[in-house]
Amino acid sequence: MRWAWVVLGGVLLVAPLTFQDPFYGRMIALMLLWAVLASAWNIVGGYAGQVAIGHAVFFGVGAYVPLLVYTHWQGVPLLGIPVGIAVSVGIAVLVGVPTFRLLGHYFSMATIAVAELIRLLVTNWEFVGAARGLGGPGTGRTIWDLSYRSSIPYYYIFLAVFTLVLGFTYWMEQSRMGYYLRAIKAGQRAARSLGVSAPRYKLYAMIVSAAFTSLAGSLYAVMLGFVDPDSVFGIMVSVQMVIMAALGGAGTLIGPLVGAALLIALQTFANSLFGGQGNGLTFILYGGIIILLSRFEPGGLLEIWNHYLARKRRKEGTE
Amino acid sequence: MIALQVVVGGLLLGAVYALFSSGLTLVWGMMNVVNFAHGDFVMLGMYIAYLAVVALHAGPLVFTLLAALTLSIVGAVVYYLLIRQVMRGPMLAQILSTFGLALLVRYTVFWFFSATFITLPGSALGGSIRLGGILIGIPQLVAGILAIGLTIGMHLLLTRTTLGSQILAVSEDRQAAMLMGIRPDRMQALAWGLASASAGIAGALIATFYYLTPTVGESLVLIAFVVVCFGGFGSVPGAMLAGLIIGLIQAVSAYYIGPVYKDVVVYALFVAILWVRPQGLMGTA
Repeated sequence: MRWAWVVLGGVLLVAPLTFQDPFYGRMIALMLLWAVLASAWNIVGGYAGQVAIGHAVFFGVGAYVPLLVYTHWQGVPLLGIPVGIAVSVGIAVLVGVPTFRLLGHYFSMATIAVAELIRLLVTNWEFVGAARGLGGPGTGRTIWDLSYRSSIPYYYIFLAVFTLVLGFTYWMEQSRMGYYLRAIKAGQRAARSLGVSAPRYKLYAMIVSAAFTSLAGSLYAVMLGFVDPDSVFGIMVSVQMVIMAALGGAGTLIGPLVGAALLIALQTFANSLFGGQGNGLTFILYGGIIILLSRFEPGGLLEIWNHYLARKRRKEGTE
Repeated sequence: MIALQVVVGGLLLGAVYALFSSGLTLVWGMMNVVNFAHGDFVMLGMYIAYLAVVALHAGPLVFTLLAALTLSIVGAVVYYLLIRQVMRGPMLAQILSTFGLALLVRYTVFWFFSATFITLPGSALGGSIRLGGILIGIPQLVAGILAIGLTIGMHLLLTRTTLGSQILAVSEDRQAAMLMGIRPDRMQALAWGLASASAGIAGALIATFYYLTPTVGESLVLIAFVVVCFGGFGSVPGAMLAGLIIGLIQAVSAYYIGPVYKDVVVYALFVAILWVRPQGLMGTA
């Protein structure tokens, strides 16, 4: 198993050398960005089993604050990152405290409602650019603006953050918190009767998830240099995070990366093949993929792979 | 006078909210499954009405019946092919399945019609009447009255008929219902058909005066959530009252705060309710 991790790390490190073309460079940078996002969602959605469909709020807040710092005070966008994280964590607590006392669908609905509420407010709030959105520095003033023309530097920034999320998730899996979350997911009543404070651990998971999502949002805004309400607060941002994690395998370490890589590739090629119409087609495909997944293999692609391995091993055992 | 105009307009739209929300609450209360595609079913009803008018020059009665029929079939098929299996699966699958359905429906319509806002051509139903000093559009009036009538009809169907008792029996206790010779699958498929038909009819009714766009379902399903949350899960009378209240709140906030804030106020109210009474305003849990 250990060599698999080494191979994966090696592939991720040298990938930009093979994808020198700007088109592919951008694609692999986006893959890692979405791997970070899907992994962040995975902490609360996969491990704790709380299906949040409003993570666009954290992504949007993370994306907006750095560009606000630039627009209003000509500051270095990076300074906005901690503020964005703080605001996101605040929202996570505000939404999580009342809803985590409840089960199931409620939480999903509450997260959608809060996300839509905040998207509408941002769209009509002049201070944050209303429907037009915000722009960043056109060209980098100092190295701290992190303004690069190529996507490769961003690729490595996202890779660093991805390593961080993955490291945290790995640690969490092994720790007391991971056991608690799995117990809560398997049966909240049973977990609580054994003394696990379900609302508290779900809230912890939500806070960490929100913080990482916000950080990824900030870096996305710095890379793009422009944000508007629909592209960062839109419901599709939340949905994509869920689908990518679920496609690869929710509640697994590497599932979100697999899902993100597949769907970003799909999206990129759909867009280049069908042009402007590509977006609609991508969402039709997303819908189809989600339906098939939830109907036939809710565990995601990694589960299919595991089934395959198990069957192969069994066959070898009988021979 | 303007205040009265706003109130009546809000109540008439609220009646339509009541109609499609009662379908959502029926399925929710019965199976504990939330149909995230419910708003998109309303949208389908709108586009079926549009197609019927354009292609068949259908009148309001015909296209409303057509929407009801088509959507009830869609609902039953969705139940048999998707919901029946997913219901037994993990929570993630339950939530994702109808969400995927919503995306599929929404963007397939988007693919054919694009995002352009359209209205029913040469409006099949038009004009307005003056009642007690206020002006009411005929389409709104017809939609509002029909919607309230159908919602009450749905309530009566569930409480006063054998069929309704069978549906409620399955939602109370599936096993016991089976022992009484009721087929749970058939009843649940029927409930899905009924619920989806309510969405389809609501869509056809508002198509006569509302703008048509493929993404309209997104805000409609959130309104339905708020209504169900207000009225209590599984309660049709609750949904009716809550639908009227939400319609009223929207109309009043649109007029006095600004049109863009009508949804903001409703969502904020929803979040506030979740804080204060997470089990819903009239619900118990």
